[in-house]
Amino acid sequence: MSSTTSTPSPAAAPATRFAVPGRIAVSNRAAATWQRATLTEVRRETPYASTFRFAVPAWAGHLPGQHLMLRLRAEDGYVAQRHYSIASPPDDDGHVELTLDHVDGGEVSGWFHTVAKPGDEVELRGPLSGFFAWPGDRPALLIGAGSGVVPLMSMVRHHRARNLTVPLRLLVSARGPEELIYASEYGPETTTVFTRSAPEGVAVGRVAAAHVARLLADAPDGGWEAYVCGSNGFAEHASRLLVDAGQPVDRIRIERFG
Amino acid sequence: MNVTRGFAGRPRVRNDGLPPGQYDARDDWPVLSAEVTPELATSQWTFTVDGLVAEERTWSWDEAHALPPSAYEGDIHCVTSWSKFGVRFSGVSLDAFLDLARPAAEATHAVAYSHTGYTTNLPLADLTGGRAWIVWEYGDEPLPAEHGGPARLIVPHLYFWKSAKWIAGIRLLDHDEPGFWEQNGYHHRGNPWEEQRYSGD
Ligand SMILES: Cc1cc2nc3c(=O)[nH]c(=O)nc-3n(C[C@H](O)[C@H](O)[C@H](O)COP(=O)(O)OP(=O)(O)OC[C@H]3O[C@@H](n4cnc5c(N)ncnc54)[C@H](O)[C@@H]3O)c2cc1C
Repeated sequence: MSSTTSTPSPAAAPATRFAVPGRIAVSNRAAATWQRATLTEVRRETPYASTFRFAVPAWAGHLPGQHLMLRLRAEDGYVAQRHYSIASPPDDDGHVELTLDHVDGGEVSGWFHTVAKPGDEVELRGPLSGFFAWPGDRPALLIGAGSGVVPLMSMVRHHRARNLTVPLRLLVSARGPEELIYASEYGPETTTVFTRSAPEGVAVGRVAAAHVARLLADAPDGGWEAYVCGSNGFAEHASRLLVDAGQPVDRIRIERFG
Repeated sequence: MNVTRGFAGRPRVRNDGLPPGQYDARDDWPVLSAEVTPELATSQWTFTVDGLVAEERTWSWDEAHALPPSAYEGDIHCVTSWSKFGVRFSGVSLDAFLDLARPAAEATHAVAYSHTGYTTNLPLADLTGGRAWIVWEYGDEPLPAEHGGPARLIVPHLYFWKSAKWIAGIRLLDHDEPGFWEQNGYHHRGNPWEEQRYSGD
C-alpha cells in the first residue's frame, strides 16, 4: 500500500466548497480478494461488546481508521456480509482485531457473540477505503460514541506503538462506565463523556459545545484533522458541533455505521 | 468459501428483487455520507450541466421545478449491503436537463458533482434513457438533508453511492474520471447485479 495523498483531478473537481480529499491510495487487489481468517482469541470489553482477534496470514497491512468486509456462510450457501472497522494498529503482523457490539437480533454480530470460538474460520477482504485513514502525520482530533470508538482506538494504539509526537486527542462518549469500550486503555489524550450514568461526581450528558470548544482551543498550529465515528445520529450531532465551533468542513472526516 | 461453523443465518426469504449479497433494510434508511451534512437552502441550490455540451446550462430551484415532473418508483441498493424496496422519489428526469444542454457526440462519460465537493463518475449511457433523475421528494415529503436534500441525483440501477446527494451538476467528458469513492477503492461502474463493489470485482 502506498501512502500518497490522492487529490481529485482538476477535470472532475469543479469549484466546490467542502471537498475532502482521501488520505491514501488504496490497494485494489487487497480490496478484491477474500481471505481466510482464523479466530484466535475473544476478549470481553463490556456486557455488550467483545473484541475478536484473527490470524490473517496474507493480510496486506492497513492504516488506522480503515475497515474491512467480513462474511459468514451457511450450509446451504447463504452468505451474510458486513463492514467492520479495524481496532488493532498496523504493527500487528498477520493479525487484525475487530470489536463488535451485540446487536439485538443481529445476524452476524449474533453469531460472533453466541457461537464463535477460537479456531473458527471466517472470510474477510480489505482494508477498504482510504478516506477515514490516519497515517499518523497530521494532528488528529478523534470523536466517537459507542462502537464508533473502534477505528479511533486503532489510531490511539498506533500513536502509542510508534511513540508519535504529533498531537492526538480523543473524545469518547458511552452510555455509562460499564459500557465504555477499551476503558482501561485510555490515557491523558482522552476525555470521556457519559450520557446515562456516571461515577460519583462526574456529570451525565451528551458531547456538548463546551467539550468541542476546549479541544479546538487547544489546537496545534495548522489546526486539527477531525475524525468522527458512530451512529448517524451521533455523527450528525458531533459534526454540527465541530462546524459551529469553527472547524473547517473540509477537515472533518465522518465514518457512519449506518 | 468454507461453511462457517454453526452459522445458520436468518430464515431465507425468496426475493428475486434482491441482488447478490444484499439484505432488505425494510423501514431503515441508513446514512453513510463521509462529509458534514450541508445546510443548503433551496434558494442557494443550482443544478448545472457542463463539459462537452452544445450549451452549458444552469437551473435555479424554480427553473428546475418548471421542467416536466417525473418520478422513480422501485428499489435502491447500497454497497454496504442494504437494499430498500418500493421507494418513490419525485423530481425531473435527467434526460430533460441533458436534452436542453445537448451532449456533444464525443461525450462518453460524466462526473456528477455535489455542493459539498463530492464527486462520482458514470458512463453517460447510465444517465440517459429514463434511468436517472434529479429528485427533491421522497414519498410525499421534501427530501431530508441527510439523504441529499434539497435535491440529489438518483441512478437506481447502480449502487447508491452513484446517486450523488446535494447534487450541483453533471460534467460530460470524453473519458472516465474516478470520483470520490472510486478514488478510494470502489468500483467504477457499481452494478449491484454483478456485485461490482470494489475495483477488481
Ligand atoms: C464502515 C462501517 C464500519 C463498521 N464498524 C463496526 C464496528 O467496528 N463494530 C460494530 O459493532 N459494528 C460496526 N459496523 C456495523 C456493522 O456493519 C453491522 O451493521 C452490525 O454488526 C449489525 O450487523 P448484524 O448482522 O449483527 O445485524 P443485522 O442482521 O444487520 O440486523 C441489524 C438490525 O436490523 C434488524 N434486521 C435487519 N434485517 C432484518 C431481517 N431481515 N429480519 C428481521 N430483522 C432484521 C435486526 O433485528 C437488528 O436490529 C460498521 C458499519 C460500517 C458501515
